[in-house]
Amino acid sequence: MKTLFALFGAACLVLTASLANAADKPTDPQIAHIAYTAGVIDVEAARLALSKTTSADVKAFAESMQKDHEAVNDMALALVKKLNVTPEDNATSQALSTAAEEKRAELGKLDGAAFDKAYIDNEVAFHQQVNGALETLLIPSAQNAELKGLLETGLKLFQGHQQHAEHVAAGLK
Amino acid sequence: MTARLLNRRQLLATGAVVLVGNTLARARNGTVHVTIETLAFLPAEIEVKAGETIEWTNKDRFAHTATVEGGWEVLIPPGKVATRIATATDTVEYYCRFHPNMKGRIKVSA
Ligand SMILES: [Cu+2]
Repeated sequence: MKTLFALFGAACLVLTASLANAADKPTDPQIAHIAYTAGVIDVEAARLALSKTTSADVKAFAESMQKDHEAVNDMALALVKKLNVTPEDNATSQALSTAAEEKRAELGKLDGAAFDKAYIDNEVAFHQQVNGALETLLIPSAQNAELKGLLETGLKLFQGHQQHAEHVAAGLK
Repeated sequence: MTARLLNRRQLLATGAVVLVGNTLARARNGTVHVTIETLAFLPAEIEVKAGETIEWTNKDRFAHTATVEGGWEVLIPPGKVATRIATATDTVEYYCRFHPNMKGRIKVSA
């Protein structure tokens, strides 16, 4: 329990620290890469959940995550193509991916109710973290109006996901 | 002259379209429309009579629902239309189960 908590705290710190270190403002190509990476991470988490869970609520949540994040990432790909922007890998994207791999390995060892709880709790935390980054850094830093618009739609969508996850978490108790 | 005539015709045509549009949106054919766009129900609040149809048009790429806590639920797939026939007890608040930050309200009038 103590270890889980420490790990979770560490993952949060990674994003905050690397965002702070990215010397104020990420560029549009970096922002696009960070947002896309966050989407991919959540789709992979959903796939793991769908392979493990037997809870109808958790399954419905994971299916929604998979479909929504794939749809918004499709929209992002279409936009960067239209704007002729090449998403640029960066320290924040890498930190997100590394933290997500560790989390996936940890979740992979759990089953049943323990898995459901750990997955949903992490979904609440992950969306909270991404929403915080969108609100305070990514949206204010975005230069292109269409990219900013898509990030704003993403924020509404992910705020919805966070509330959905909180509802599911309340039902698991 | 021709131009002026055309303009007047266009104006008349526009007026007619607006009139028809309004009549359709208000419940002449017994349907009240709600559009879902960018994770919002528009309008968020509607008034219907029992027996009329509520029609949600989902313009998003995401699946949404109109869900009443402890009550009914309508699933509205991306790019699709879904309906419900309002009942006398449908004065309710509803939300999207997938995105609970989306909220709407229905008032049934006599
Ligand atoms: Cu929704």
